[in-house]
Amino acid sequence: METISIEGTPKTPTITFDTGKGFLEIKGRSIPENSIEFYKPLVDWLEKYAGKPQSATNVNIQLEYFNTSSSKCILDVFKKLEAINKGGSAVVINWYYEEDDEDMLEAGEDYQAIINVPFKMVQVAE
Amino acid sequence: MMLDIYDFYDKMERNNIMLSFKGDITSELLTSILQIMESKLDNLQEEPKIKKKVYNVLVECLQNLYHHMDEVAPEQNDVIRSAIFMIGKLDNQYNIVTGNYIKKENVEGLKKRLEDINLLSKEELKEYYKAVLNNGEMSLKGGGGLGMIDIARKTGEKLNFNFSPVDDKFSFFSLNIKISQ
Repeated sequence: METISIEGTPKTPTITFDTGKGFLEIKGRSIPENSIEFYKPLVDWLEKYAGKPQSATNVNIQLEYFNTSSSKCILDVFKKLEAINKGGSAVVINWYYEEDDEDMLEAGEDYQAIINVPFKMVQVAE
Repeated sequence: MMLDIYDFYDKMERNNIMLSFKGDITSELLTSILQIMESKLDNLQEEPKIKKKVYNVLVECLQNLYHHMDEVAPEQNDVIRSAIFMIGKLDNQYNIVTGNYIKKENVEGLKKRLEDINLLSKEELKEYYKAVLNNGEMSLKGGGGLGMIDIARKTGEKLNFNFSPVDDKFSFFSLNIKISQ
């Protein structure tokens, strides 16, 4: 078991994936022009993790901004989590949004409607 | 030819332009523009809600320009590989204007897509967004056809656009986005 991480930049989020604890966090902003390239390693790690997951997997998504190019990649990440959830690890996705950020809350609800994994909407102060 | 720079200045002043750019749109340029705009929005002490909306819509508008630069072959013409962008704030409303060349054969398709988006209500836009997100194929460039839907959704306004004929190969596509407080 290992912890994998990607350091954030002004256009990409910080990603921490502790496979031993079954904890994944995506935090910051996700506005790269080419998001497929950026998210590929994470999708690959999840693929590997799916073979031997922990009994529970907690996911924190705490994004300040994300562009539409990232939104497709985030859906791909969630689809992997959906498969992991079906495969026996209880997955929970915690979707963080700042209290007056209705757009971010709605974005979380869009995913919740598409992905068959329990979501928790977590409001934080600005 | 001598440009009348005061005429430019006066027009920009009257429209309260905060930032404008004309030229090739690169990833580095977008990083800089976004940093500048973010600090300008902070200086104006905008509500976080407005600041986020403006920033989000700006990202989509600029990345649209970036992705469509590729449609013109670099060897074609330096002028054609150039786009324009402006952002201003007038009467408590942000205006983002973009302009770029588009191949004639792509005009009808884009026009139809934008007109279709303009027919949708808030709720229909939400459903359409989810459908494209879930079923739409992502292009290799990273654009997924979601940008315009997202802009319409976040601004709650109709997309205001125009195509001006340039020559037998190209038209000039302009988009004017309003973000009200």
